[in-house]
Amino acid sequence: MGEESIIGKSVPRVDALDKVTGAARYTADLCPPGALVARILHSSIANGRVKRIDTAAAAAMPGVELVVTCFDVPDIAFPTAGHPWSVESAHQDVADRRLLNSRVRYFGDEIAAVVAVDEVTAERACRAIEVEYEEYPPCLTVEQAMAADAMPLHPEICPSNVLKEHSYSSGDLAAAQAEPGLLHLHRVYRTQPVQHCHIEPAVSFAYGEGGKIVVVSATQIPHIMRRVVGQALGLPWGQVRIIKPYLGGGFGNRQDVLYEPLNAYLSQRLNGRCVLLEASREEVFACTRQRHAITFSYHAWARPDGTLVARDITAWSQQGGYASHGHAIVANATTFLRDIYQDEQALATKAYTVYTNTGAGGAMRGYGIPQGCFAADCMMDDLAQALGLDPILIREKNMMRPGFVDPGTGIACQSYGLADCIRRGRELSDWDRLRRAYAQQSGPLRRGIGMAIFTYKTGVYPISLETASCRMVLNQDGTLQLHLGATEIGQGGDTVFLQMASAATGIPFADIHIVSTQDTDIAPFDTGAYASRQTYVTGKAIKKTGGLLREKLFAYAARLLGCDAAQLQLCGRQIVSAAGEPLISLADLAQNAFYGLDYSEHITAEATSHCADNTFAFGCCFAEIEVDLPLGRIRPLKVINVHDSGVLINPQLAEAQVHGGQSMGLGYALSEEMLYDEKGRLRNGNLLDYKLPTALDTPPLCVDFVQTVDPSGPFGNKALGEPPAIPVAPAIRNALLHATGVAVDELPLEPKRLVRLFQERGLI
Amino acid sequence: MLQIIHLTVNGRAQELAVDIRASLADVLRRQLGLTSVKKGCEVGECGACTVLIDGRAVDSCLYLAVWADGREILTVEGLRAGDGSLHPVQRAFIEKAAVQCGFCTPGIIMSAVEIVGAGRRYTREELRRELSGHLCRCTGYENILDAVQQAVEQTLQQASS
Repeated sequence: MGEESIIGKSVPRVDALDKVTGAARYTADLCPPGALVARILHSSIANGRVKRIDTAAAAAMPGVELVVTCFDVPDIAFPTAGHPWSVESAHQDVADRRLLNSRVRYFGDEIAAVVAVDEVTAERACRAIEVEYEEYPPCLTVEQAMAADAMPLHPEICPSNVLKEHSYSSGDLAAAQAEPGLLHLHRVYRTQPVQHCHIEPAVSFAYGEGGKIVVVSATQIPHIMRRVVGQALGLPWGQVRIIKPYLGGGFGNRQDVLYEPLNAYLSQRLNGRCVLLEASREEVFACTRQRHAITFSYHAWARPDGTLVARDITAWSQQGGYASHGHAIVANATTFLRDIYQDEQALATKAYTVYTNTGAGGAMRGYGIPQGCFAADCMMDDLAQALGLDPILIREKNMMRPGFVDPGTGIACQSYGLADCIRRGRELSDWDRLRRAYAQQSGPLRRGIGMAIFTYKTGVYPISLETASCRMVLNQDGTLQLHLGATEIGQGGDTVFLQMASAATGIPFADIHIVSTQDTDIAPFDTGAYASRQTYVTGKAIKKTGGLLREKLFAYAARLLGCDAAQLQLCGRQIVSAAGEPLISLADLAQNAFYGLDYSEHITAEATSHCADNTFAFGCCFAEIEVDLPLGRIRPLKVINVHDSGVLINPQLAEAQVHGGQSMGLGYALSEEMLYDEKGRLRNGNLLDYKLPTALDTPPLCVDFVQTVDPSGPFGNKALGEPPAIPVAPAIRNALLHATGVAVDELPLEPKRLVRLFQERGLI
Repeated sequence: MLQIIHLTVNGRAQELAVDIRASLADVLRRQLGLTSVKKGCEVGECGACTVLIDGRAVDSCLYLAVWADGREILTVEGLRAGDGSLHPVQRAFIEKAAVQCGFCTPGIIMSAVEIVGAGRRYTREELRRELSGHLCRCTGYENILDAVQQAVEQTLQQASS
């Protein structure tokens, strides 16, 4: 392999030039002038039913082309989660949404839509629609929704509001607890709903062409979206074409199908005229997806030496009004709890996903693990504090070790850098010195240092078979086109795919061009960007296809040169003999293949790689903070993440990816929370009142890696995309515990909450 | 109602008939095809639509197009030199891996162009303050700060040599 060294090289992003010059086109940039504009009418109640809807005034407004209501749309319930479809009905996603809904399940539910010549007309027409509701009391919390007299939101799907529950146990919990001398702690850890806040709002436009409905959308999952739009509209999936251009951030919100089915329907109703549907920032907040608020009731029993003997954990996940990814999120969180730490004797976990009259929870970077990690690593520090042990020591005693196999999923620890990550973080953070230095403080300003660890799977196997396809097409000049169904969503996918393609084929990096846009009519199948899967799963497809392409190049060269294909090698831009003697350049070979008088072959290779494998990535965060007690304000001083994501394909981009996760983790820890009023209306659904970290809120972000070589990864690599966001919040919470002795069990660690706790504890 | 305005955009004189209700962001995007001007919130919270108006960074979503009459507007489309070479800020953003999804990038670059043009050094803390009107969800700002710092230094060095 000629360009093996391209793996691990920090080549600049291939899309950077277009992105700094304005040449990169995103969905809204591509919408043709003259497109009609759609606006959605959202419910002004959280729970109830639309009794009557009067659209006469709206429909009569000049410039209004179409008004549709919840009573006009096809009665087809469809799922929205960006999961691979399952051929087994029991594993299919919950189909509980319609294009527009007369049964209102959250404040902002979609009940009507207007299409007009421009946005002002569409907006005014929306306001002219009169709605009469039958209103029910909203269930805004899990407790309310699980109450015996709570009205079920989806009685046709489940008789109560518990969408799903499951439990897991190993060992004899009662016997384990009975051991004398154990420390028993019971804590309730609560995480809050937060939003992805990709800077490009949700947007799509749809039009009819060639007997198909075409949707251009900012999505992470074009091929999945094709299926969902087909399901929602009752169309054969082949009549749906999704085009995904550059994307302004995803973070899991766009691993869901949002307004694309409605957009397609509106265009269809207008005989395929082009309709643009841009959600406002406020709609993105209130009506797309959010990270599930999960509450953990967490019992742990430990010996005085820190050995974790048993745990009994119950988790309640607040789903919101629609299932989206549903129970998969909290199920992932509870699996994490048994993976990251092992109990010597017994473990029981139980998890509920509960419909509530709030915005729907969906996928968000980390998929349940940031919540699980908060619970797991708060408890580790609470145990350490109660036992007088060092937080690192108690983790090292109980954390996953090499050779671990998850008892439920069968996923094995195939490469292990967790212990080394902790060692490195300990050095970089000056842990030992600072733990001592900050041990005895007084006064209003105090400092602390805390840490947290995590593990994260790579892709979704064995929940579903992982699959990805790749196509390589030789150009007339001997360069290569790379076609993938895997998506660039800002993470740098295109660049590392090209590095992989170069390594797999031996063709120089600069000679391979990626088609960044996915068009489901053209791009090979891949389920898309989620689960930190693409470098792993798609990487395997690239490697396999690269091998095929080489065979074809060598076969053509052998025929042309009259030699044995098995003796040929690719070196730079040359086909060479076993002895390294140049035989023919790729450019000449390509010219012959396309235009030769004697034998023409358009050399392409395409392969599907199915990946019945998975592996654990690891990492940790060390956070140093200063807390101003009277103000209840935490100032992060330094955040250090150390990751084992296997071999890094592009270290500079990997580091940048970690920075972004650290920032998202800081917001989760300190300032971000979606706040609902008593009617279920989101109170802070905008970027002014919802506090995303700015540059000023962010401390220096330090990143390091422990590079293991994962035997299952196509290039020794494993998950990287989501992990950086996971450990930051518990690390900061534990730093606060170190600084003040106050264990805060609820996120975010914002001033109102902290001042109250500091007052209760007599610190202020 | 339409109004005729005269302005210079990326060095070129323009005469435009604009809706008096239209934001500068919409006019730049729709009438001049300058789609680097991104709309992330349309109420001045995110900074993605930042352009330079007479050399000052402004959220163009909050700025009526009619106010731009007689002014000079600069967007990232106008930063490259005639020979294709990049502005030092653009170069630094590529070299420092300060670009990820790229949606906030043009706006931040324009603020950085204003900063670099000031002809003085900035501390890291000052840069954090200067850029705090821009929201980015991908980068944690770390590499963006590095890039702006590099562009400031290079420009100062070039000016002194």
